[in-house]
Amino acid sequence: MAAKNAATIILLSGDMDRVFAAFTLASSSAAAGMNTTIFFTFWGLKAIQDGNLTGKGFMGRMVGLLNRGGVERLGPSKFNFGGMGRWMFKKMMAAKGVTSLTELRQACIDLGVHFLACKMSMDVMEIKREDLIPEVEDVVGAATATKIAAESSIQYFI
Amino acid sequence: MEAIKADQVQDSLGQACPMPIVHMAKNMRGMAAGQVLELRADDEGAHADIPAWCEQTGNEFLGKEQADGYFKYYVRKKA
Repeated sequence: MAAKNAATIILLSGDMDRVFAAFTLASSSAAAGMNTTIFFTFWGLKAIQDGNLTGKGFMGRMVGLLNRGGVERLGPSKFNFGGMGRWMFKKMMAAKGVTSLTELRQACIDLGVHFLACKMSMDVMEIKREDLIPEVEDVVGAATATKIAAESSIQYFI
Repeated sequence: MEAIKADQVQDSLGQACPMPIVHMAKNMRGMAAGQVLELRADDEGAHADIPAWCEQTGNEFLGKEQADGYFKYYVRKKA
């Protein structure tokens, strides 16, 4: 199978900094004319959740509460200090002209980056299709992610 | 460098990576082959990123020109 002019990003992380890296690389790849896909799995799903509370059973609701989604709610992987770090990094980034995660995600959407969500992680964490932003194209499994990655000339795992 | 006549100007002053490139890609989509985009940016990353983007996409990097506190980068859309 020949590699196409395509980039695939597997986003496992739900940390602000790592999601920044994913959306920055995705928008840059798409801007360079590469067919770009992000496969959001496990913690990475937070970046495409619309931010409402999720879960049905007791444990699912606990996960929804402790791990609430929404792209502006993400904290950095280091120095979060219960939200202080997030506030600080957002201020520092804005001062340096760095765009917000919401705007960066929108840039990806505008450039045609494909958003795919991992079915198995959604089942485990009790996240429904309606809990995700409407721009998510499909809910798929690892075999689909593997196929798309195999056909890409770049694969990132974040 | 000889003065280059631009068909479209993009103001990316104050923007950080990757937004100048993102906006350039969007602007270039709406331009005709052979037209020139003048991109104004003050992010130092643009020095390397704009020629790199041109090399990857096949568009022509015509050069850059220093202005007051920023650079003007000229890119010609490929045929």
